[in-house]
Amino acid sequence: MSVFAPRTDARDTDVRDEPLTTATGVPSHVDRSVRERGRRLGGRRIGSHVFLVILAIYFVIPIWWLTVAATKSTSGLFSSPAFWFADQFAFVDNLVQLVTYQGGIYWRWLANSFLYAFAGGIGATILAILAGYGFAKYRFRGRGAVFTVILGSVMVPLTALVIPTFMLLSQYGIINTPWAVILPSLLSPFGVYLMRVYTQDAVPDEMLEAARIDGAGELRTFFQVALPLLRPAIVTVLLLSVVGTWNNFFLPLAVLTDPDLLPVTVGLNRWTALSNAGAGGEQVWNLITTGAFVSVLPLILSFLFLQRYWQGGLSIGSIK
Amino acid sequence: MPRPGPVPGRGTRIRPLLHQKAIPMTTHTALTAPAPAVPAASARGGRRQGGSRLEARRQRWGWLFVTPFLVVFALFLIFPLCYAFGMSLFTSTLATGTRFTGVDNYAKAFTDPLFLEGLLRVAAFAVVMIPAQLIVALAAALVLDTLATRLAKASRLLIFAPYAIPVVIGALMWSFLYSPGFGPSATLFDLVGLPAPDFLASGSIFGSLVNIVTWQWSGYYMVVIYAALRSIDPSVYEAARIDGANGWQTAMRIKVPMISSSMVMVITFALIGTLQFFTEPVVLRNIAQGAIDAAYTPNMYAYSLAFSYSQFNYASAIAFSLGILVFAGSYVFLFLTRKQSGLK
Repeated sequence: MSVFAPRTDARDTDVRDEPLTTATGVPSHVDRSVRERGRRLGGRRIGSHVFLVILAIYFVIPIWWLTVAATKSTSGLFSSPAFWFADQFAFVDNLVQLVTYQGGIYWRWLANSFLYAFAGGIGATILAILAGYGFAKYRFRGRGAVFTVILGSVMVPLTALVIPTFMLLSQYGIINTPWAVILPSLLSPFGVYLMRVYTQDAVPDEMLEAARIDGAGELRTFFQVALPLLRPAIVTVLLLSVVGTWNNFFLPLAVLTDPDLLPVTVGLNRWTALSNAGAGGEQVWNLITTGAFVSVLPLILSFLFLQRYWQGGLSIGSIK
Repeated sequence: MPRPGPVPGRGTRIRPLLHQKAIPMTTHTALTAPAPAVPAASARGGRRQGGSRLEARRQRWGWLFVTPFLVVFALFLIFPLCYAFGMSLFTSTLATGTRFTGVDNYAKAFTDPLFLEGLLRVAAFAVVMIPAQLIVALAAALVLDTLATRLAKASRLLIFAPYAIPVVIGALMWSFLYSPGFGPSATLFDLVGLPAPDFLASGSIFGSLVNIVTWQWSGYYMVVIYAALRSIDPSVYEAARIDGANGWQTAMRIKVPMISSSMVMVITFALIGTLQFFTEPVVLRNIAQGAIDAAYTPNMYAYSLAFSYSQFNYASAIAFSLGILVFAGSYVFLFLTRKQSGLK
């Protein structure tokens, strides 16, 4: 893959085309540049594609493994090739076992994960929208100082808060309840930062002024003028905070002990620990792989279908 | 303190669209509301009074909008931090009960080999893991930026896919792949006649963890960097091309400097994430107890102090120290890179 040879070639074309370009003007120039570019990229394109395919394989292999593993029984997991199906297709069996094992606790975990992720994520997003709008569009006293503190807190590792949060929540007696996971998940300083940055640019002051002069109250101005303009940022913040809560492990691990309340992440980790430590009867490897596979599907599918939202949106904070 | 402000010349791709949409409305404003622009001299006194009443109302509404978040912020960030700091100043033993011991817990923490080893370890992880993720993400984003084929689009999605997988599940998957019983390594290395390496031995666990984290996060960083690359005005490349820059030069001298603010953000996130390393080693510990001890990272140490030994005071001191160190570390990083990031 030579970078230099095509360029010399391009230079030659340059010289040859020079009079022609000046004679016919822009169209010929554009045509030449496109043609030349295509030729120059020929070798590099193949190399780039090979590079991308290798990367993609690396990133997909564990997911492929999980998909295959979810169709195997425990003995199949040990005896068949890791990246290909076993003779016996046990996916349905595994699902049935997930329903019956320990009274179908797995589905409870999955439901808990949904509850925590959506309650925490939606709540955090609403708070972030309101606060971001307030910071971006109202000049109230103390705004700068308060916002600086919030921005600084983006750098506070949230895991450092888990142990004190646990102690506080246990004093108020809401440890070991869904609230112990949902309430701390409402905190999203980064979401506020994103919403503020986005609101500042996407909602022109003149529009708000116009709405006010037309007699709209502050709330109506917010809901009918500002909110529709903020949609891309709202989807992004919602996605980030739902994924964040769905992923959360340290907090539920610390604040929940009742098996019925665990989210699927902590639950599956518990099964793994038991399977590693325990004797044959407690080894549920097939349920762990199938459970992991099922739990991964909702997010993968929603990322697939919401592509056009997150691809643009994830860059909001990074532009600044 | 970094403060976001509008940086001229660096727009998202969405923004111009929104501005276009906004134009008719702005004209409408100018047509229907000339009043603020042309104050009537006779009504000036009355206006000012109305203005300050309006001003007071705006102040109130500003606070109203931010208060719900501030309540959560106070309850679940400020208060726990203060509480942890308070707790860390006390020591509680069965013999003496709870008593005030000042900074004793901190003196103990910063001479505690378990804590210090954990700190050094996460620092080492940061030094290896962040460049690894960044190189993969940047290389993929730069290559993707030059291609518009279907294959490129598909690989972009596939590289991003691990982000949609919870960290626990990702670590579980890799721990299966690493394990000699389930994993493919025995079969693969048999093919070439070599003994399979033990990914879970204490010598190799570091690399195994780096691999998991790189796999999990590079795709997300790639999407962020890619989006920043797409927001560069293509006419810049045209200028570079005319000046005779090749692909590599364009990438290194034009694209990378132009997206430095995104890079700074990505590195800051990676740094904060790495220093509070917890989930992956906890999950791998299920199958690699020998290689990962309970104090492998500072967060794991704090967790085991609190929940296995009920030493909540000392655990608070560890957690608070870690919080301060991470904060200070990322602050210093942002300060050093303030030129690149455009943060002031």
